[in-house]
Amino acid sequence: MSDHQIKVLVAKPGLDGHDVGAKVVVHALIDAGFDVVYTGLRQTPEAIVDAAVKQGADVIGLSILSGTHLPLCRRVRDLMMEKGLHDKLWLVGGNIPEEDRMVLRQLGFRGVFPTGSLTGDIVSFIQENVK
Amino acid sequence: MNDRSRPTSKIRPVFNESGIEIKPLYTLDDVIASGGIDRSGPGEAPFTRGIHSLMYRHRPFTMRQYTGFANAADTNERFKYLIANGQTGLNVAFDLATQCGYDSDAPEAAGEVGRVGMAIDTLRDFEIAFDGIDLDAITVSLTINGAAASLIAMFLAMAEKRGYDLSRLRGTAQNDILKEFIGRGTWIYPVEPSVKLVADTIEYCAKVAPKYSPVSVCGYHIRESGASPAEEMGYAFAIAKAYTDRALARGLDIDEFAGRLSFNFNIFGNLFEQVAKFRAGRRRWSKIILDEYGAKRPESGWMRMIAGGGGFGLTIEQPENNIMRGAYYALAAALGGAQTMALCCYDEAYTIPTPKAQRLSLRTMQMLIEEIGLTDTVDPLGGSYYVETLTNQTEQKIIEAMEWVDAQGGIVKAVSDGVIQAKVSDYAYQRQRALETGELRKVGVNCYEDTDDEKPQVDLHGYDEIGARKQIENVRKIRAERSNAAVERALKALRADAEAGRNVMPALVEAVKAYATVGEMNGALVDVYGRFREPTQLWRRAG
Repeated sequence: MSDHQIKVLVAKPGLDGHDVGAKVVVHALIDAGFDVVYTGLRQTPEAIVDAAVKQGADVIGLSILSGTHLPLCRRVRDLMMEKGLHDKLWLVGGNIPEEDRMVLRQLGFRGVFPTGSLTGDIVSFIQENVK
Repeated sequence: MNDRSRPTSKIRPVFNESGIEIKPLYTLDDVIASGGIDRSGPGEAPFTRGIHSLMYRHRPFTMRQYTGFANAADTNERFKYLIANGQTGLNVAFDLATQCGYDSDAPEAAGEVGRVGMAIDTLRDFEIAFDGIDLDAITVSLTINGAAASLIAMFLAMAEKRGYDLSRLRGTAQNDILKEFIGRGTWIYPVEPSVKLVADTIEYCAKVAPKYSPVSVCGYHIRESGASPAEEMGYAFAIAKAYTDRALARGLDIDEFAGRLSFNFNIFGNLFEQVAKFRAGRRRWSKIILDEYGAKRPESGWMRMIAGGGGFGLTIEQPENNIMRGAYYALAAALGGAQTMALCCYDEAYTIPTPKAQRLSLRTMQMLIEEIGLTDTVDPLGGSYYVETLTNQTEQKIIEAMEWVDAQGGIVKAVSDGVIQAKVSDYAYQRQRALETGELRKVGVNCYEDTDDEKPQVDLHGYDEIGARKQIENVRKIRAERSNAAVERALKALRADAEAGRNVMPALVEAVKAYATVGEMNGALVDVYGRFREPTQLWRRAG
């Protein structure tokens, strides 16, 4: 993957307006040398998956702090499977209680980064896991 | 310069977040060098020491915890629980569907109904939410922004229906849309029509409900998004001036509405910096309104405020530590002379608070009033060499922040262009890096962390799926029972007023009274104004 520039899509699904964390992660990913697309707030799952396809993202990261992560991630997962994005790296971050983390991993979100996670850990997780 | 207080080369320099270098010792010389002491008393312009002469000695700060969840009936019960526990004001939290102008059964609302606040669809919900609560004895603050015009209309209609005289009704709506574009994100319409709606509410309330505060300008969320305390205040003033200009352009006199503008500020961070921020802010705002705008009534220049939070200061790690943080933050608010206070609860880094957590926050504030002596004397830190110097220096930093906004072409342009968003977000990233490198220390996060694998034990507020389903049934029932012809007529009139550029408040009040839903009213305005979309941004590695 030495020649390939990793491209990360950071997305805010649903109505949640908390974007401090998502923007901090965007900054950290840019600093780490990735290409980064940030969707802006209030995107539908359909718009996010379309953007991931159109942009050719290697990594799709969702940020959800309103507590709606389970229904939103299920919806985005279904659409990503439909659009053939199963081989991309899926991440989710936000206010995610302990008991939901395993559920999200089982849905296919390999990286789950609850509030308080370090941006450095997100960067290394991407570097280690993008095929 | 005073040699006794000059830092020696051996100690490391300290700067507060607003960028002011902090000396190890302050003396009278520092106060004089920074501009001297404002000798006016509390209750006298420029109000450095407080907007009232007796401050808490006359009336302690109002305690107004942010509350709301599930539906109107459950929230009404929680309101009554807090009032029974000594809370003196209400601060209403709405769910995201309501805040973004959608009905509970809209596809966009799926999974959101009643999650982070109370779901409101029609006037019926407001009637239930405030049932049995005396709106003369307990003032209500509505934390609503994008959908504020329709919810202010709903609140006024509910109060009128219950027989309150609107010319005497008190209360507040947050209704600060410009800060929603900077942080918090519950905008609905593009920037221009959004600001127009704020002016509509100011104009309408000045005429119909002159004691009601239609706007509470929030430095709070700008600070949460990354701004420094001085920038928080400077940007809030720039926003408040933009609303003021729009209201003046409607032909209102400054004294007709300026006294009803209020503010919402954050309290996390360095305690002395917050206190200086409030003192400097009061002085600056009064100079803006009384000197620059030429208001005649001294009350027009009051920087009335709720000081609250400070959510960004709380941590998910060692959550019980947040109880102590809340106490220190409350102390800063009381020392700073806040009229109203609200504390984020210790469990809010996880989800919305339990009743027990809310009661703890309430008790924290009550201890300041009852046990710690915070209400005995006005501005107890006034005259401190340190705080007076810092107050003078912070006022300069506030002026600089406002000048920066002017240099961007004003706040409306700075928000529309996204430059202010970029600036605060950049600061948030620097702050996160400082936390990760350990340069900025946070107890339980990057120092004194848990060494064992013990997981924090916090009882969490759960999401009420049944309550959400009930809310959806309720709105469908109301649509079936009301006169849909009357709703259609009211919405048509609303669209016509919006298209003609008239004040939409009278039409909104009529629509509310016909039991039009939040989604229908805001949908009608979207038809005319359009819906805001945040731009997608792409960054590529250079070369």
